[in-house]
Amino acid sequence: MTTNIVSEKSQHKERKLRDYFTFNTDHKVIGIQYLVTSFLFYFIGGAFAEVVRTELATPDPDIVSPELYNQLFTLHGTIMIFLWIVPAGAAFANYLIPLMIGAEDMAFPRLNAVAFWLIPPGGVLLLSSFLVGAPQSGWTSYPPLSLMSGKWGEEIWIVSVLLLGTSSILGAINFATTILKMRIKDMDLHSMPLFCWAMLATSALILLSTPVLAGALILLSFDLIAGTSFFNPTGGGDPVVYQHLFWFYSHPAVYIMIMPFFGVISEVIPVHSRKPIFGYRAIAYSSLAISFLGLIVWAHHMFTSGTPGWLRMFFMATTMLIAVPTGIKVFSWCATLWGGKIELNSPMLFAMGFVSSFLIGGLTGVMVASVPFDIHVHDTYFIVGHFHYVLFGGSALALFSGFYHWFPKMTGKNYNEGLGQLHFILTFIGLNITFMPMHQLGLMGMNRRIALYDVQFQPLNLLSTAGAYVMAVSTLPFIINVIWSLTKGTQAERNPWRALTLEWQTASPPIIENFEEEPVLWSGPYDYGIDDEEQEEESVSDMLADVSAK
Amino acid sequence: MNIPGNIITLIAGILLTLISLWYGQNHGLMPIEASQGAAEVDDLFNLMMTIATGLFLIVQGVLVYSIFKFRRQKGDKTDGPGIEGNVPLEIVWTAIPTVIVFILALYSFEVYNNLGGLDSETSRDFPQEEMQMAENQNQGKMVAFNPHQGHLSLGIGNANADIEVDVNGIQYAWIFTYPDSGVVSGELHVPINKQIKLNMKAGDVIHAFWVPQLRLKQDVLPGRESTFAFNANRIGDYPIICAELCGAYHGGMKTTLHVESEEDYQKWIQENTFASAQEKADTMAMMTQPMTKESRLEMHSHHLGVNSETLAQLHH
Repeated sequence: MTTNIVSEKSQHKERKLRDYFTFNTDHKVIGIQYLVTSFLFYFIGGAFAEVVRTELATPDPDIVSPELYNQLFTLHGTIMIFLWIVPAGAAFANYLIPLMIGAEDMAFPRLNAVAFWLIPPGGVLLLSSFLVGAPQSGWTSYPPLSLMSGKWGEEIWIVSVLLLGTSSILGAINFATTILKMRIKDMDLHSMPLFCWAMLATSALILLSTPVLAGALILLSFDLIAGTSFFNPTGGGDPVVYQHLFWFYSHPAVYIMIMPFFGVISEVIPVHSRKPIFGYRAIAYSSLAISFLGLIVWAHHMFTSGTPGWLRMFFMATTMLIAVPTGIKVFSWCATLWGGKIELNSPMLFAMGFVSSFLIGGLTGVMVASVPFDIHVHDTYFIVGHFHYVLFGGSALALFSGFYHWFPKMTGKNYNEGLGQLHFILTFIGLNITFMPMHQLGLMGMNRRIALYDVQFQPLNLLSTAGAYVMAVSTLPFIINVIWSLTKGTQAERNPWRALTLEWQTASPPIIENFEEEPVLWSGPYDYGIDDEEQEEESVSDMLADVSAK
Repeated sequence: MNIPGNIITLIAGILLTLISLWYGQNHGLMPIEASQGAAEVDDLFNLMMTIATGLFLIVQGVLVYSIFKFRRQKGDKTDGPGIEGNVPLEIVWTAIPTVIVFILALYSFEVYNNLGGLDSETSRDFPQEEMQMAENQNQGKMVAFNPHQGHLSLGIGNANADIEVDVNGIQYAWIFTYPDSGVVSGELHVPINKQIKLNMKAGDVIHAFWVPQLRLKQDVLPGRESTFAFNANRIGDYPIICAELCGAYHGGMKTTLHVESEEDYQKWIQENTFASAQEKADTMAMMTQPMTKESRLEMHSHHLGVNSETLAQLHH
């Protein structure tokens, strides 16, 4: 079943703590490495955001210098995208894909470890740019500004993003190959969990778009260091070409950041509402549709850049069309909840919070696709509010949902439910207070990326800053919960949620090569309430007894 | 479904429609409209707001209702109904959003066309014309930019502009030159109900020219000319904001658009014609030779209110 003949991963029978600090090829170790690393950077990127919000509590630039302000939001964006959300998606993919499809490991375990070990140097390098003056031209790094504001900080940013992009490409090769080639015999594409579908669509998108970003950044690097003029207008270059290349990756990047978490939500909601996922095929195919459409919408970031009228109309149409597959997903999740038996625990609260706030990001997303309206709100706080609802209200809430859902599986410990719910309440209130006022600010005329703003905008900014502090506080129950559960938590059962996907058929945490013997596919991933009730209960316990006997 | 259920659904549907319609018109989120174009953009936004409010209420309603109605009872280990899908329902919720975005796309197209975005004169999509324009430009002025540059723009019918103003965006100021009178100013004065066309260039990095009350924004690029055409129909002072990150003091790069009566405008032009003559010469001199950012900025510093501290920041 596996082509892997190296047995590094089975050198010892027990998983030791030091394994997590080494070049280990076990996908579960790598998954945890990704998750822990990404959360370290979440706290750093979050701290930067708190400084930015503190600065914005008053209209004057009085807390940090304008240069440092630009450095902070540049690194906040870069870290949250490339070092938190993207690696966190890879964390779930690494940990879950082999378990969900009944494989022992990923298709290329050593490539997998290489992909992870590109991330810490990339992250440390990025932070080290503070020593020479961090980049200050935003995460978009548009020339000519990026060529003029601190040469070495910018170059460090480029190299760092190239490392992280390479890591992402290597990961995607592994995810796609593993999903396509390593499923157990009985599992066809349409009986695998929807998370695998989501990762298949994500991987395709990564493989098609990330190399273009690499190309753009290498050319930018030439302009920066060797004095070429690919994008530099003083030598006849065209800065708008950079924008096309950049967004050819960076719009798909939004779907790279959200689709794995669509997958997470499709796993969490059926389990905790005890109902089959509503419209399995529609959800699976809508991921592929988003993946395809995601490749032909990039210029909607450039409606004011000086693009021809017909081009703006084309990209408006394709962008609006994405609302259709995305809407299918949202409606299907709602229909799954409808009539179910909802357990309002931490994973489910975060999942429902996800649907609620992602919806807002989706609705404003259709609005900003409309060219005449986007011309007004482009580069304003309306956009900042919009994409934080997508990426924090969407990706981050789903990330926490998945975190609590699989915490017992990954660690073998139960988390504290009360602290988890407190975490949710603070996060949900905090995010709405922080990001909702931004929409109004943008519509009224507040542009983004400024340390100094008109005094009329202060009340709403103050509110937003207060929300940001609530979000800072919300991380405390999260941190306490993780530490408390790991040290004092009770031993988790094999299948505490009575879930049907394969990862719950093995021990918590799973043994080194995942399953004692090749698992048997005895039901679909979401067949809740399909069989006769008693029979199903019987078969679950039969199965568990059978597995644990061996 | 029993009759009371039907009635409740009906009442909920009517309420939802009424709330959406009301909020779509009364959200009060947009600033003053200072042009016909702004009013059209707002009508489009109001429609999108109405639809969004309806969808928002439906989905949030389902979530909140589910929390109370479909909550699992303590100790209940059974599953919910094994419903795996419903094809007619799925077709409905695929078709409705498709129709909605189709309508929104058509409506947006219409508004954009009215704004002049698809006017061949405005957006200059035709390569031949583009080449011609570039050539004319190069003959007329000394421009250090490459010849294959295109004209890019946004605006309302700028083919027959009443007044043209040249705009130069530099870190961190806007400079307006009135070619007819030679007036150079750090603020933009225009008469009401006249077709205005701005010919915009950037001196260093990308800037963006944004007047929220006109709902219009256009990037200003180094090495290319872009245009921005409008017809303001409301007297008043409106902010001009740089909307594209242009450096540390990006937040300070703003000035004012004064929309005035014809008499006030003429008075302002008269008062400033003589005063600006010398400055115009400076500006022309500046255009003819490549200069560093510093020397260019120094030239304008005295009338732009740029203080020595800002200059010192730029010099290093």
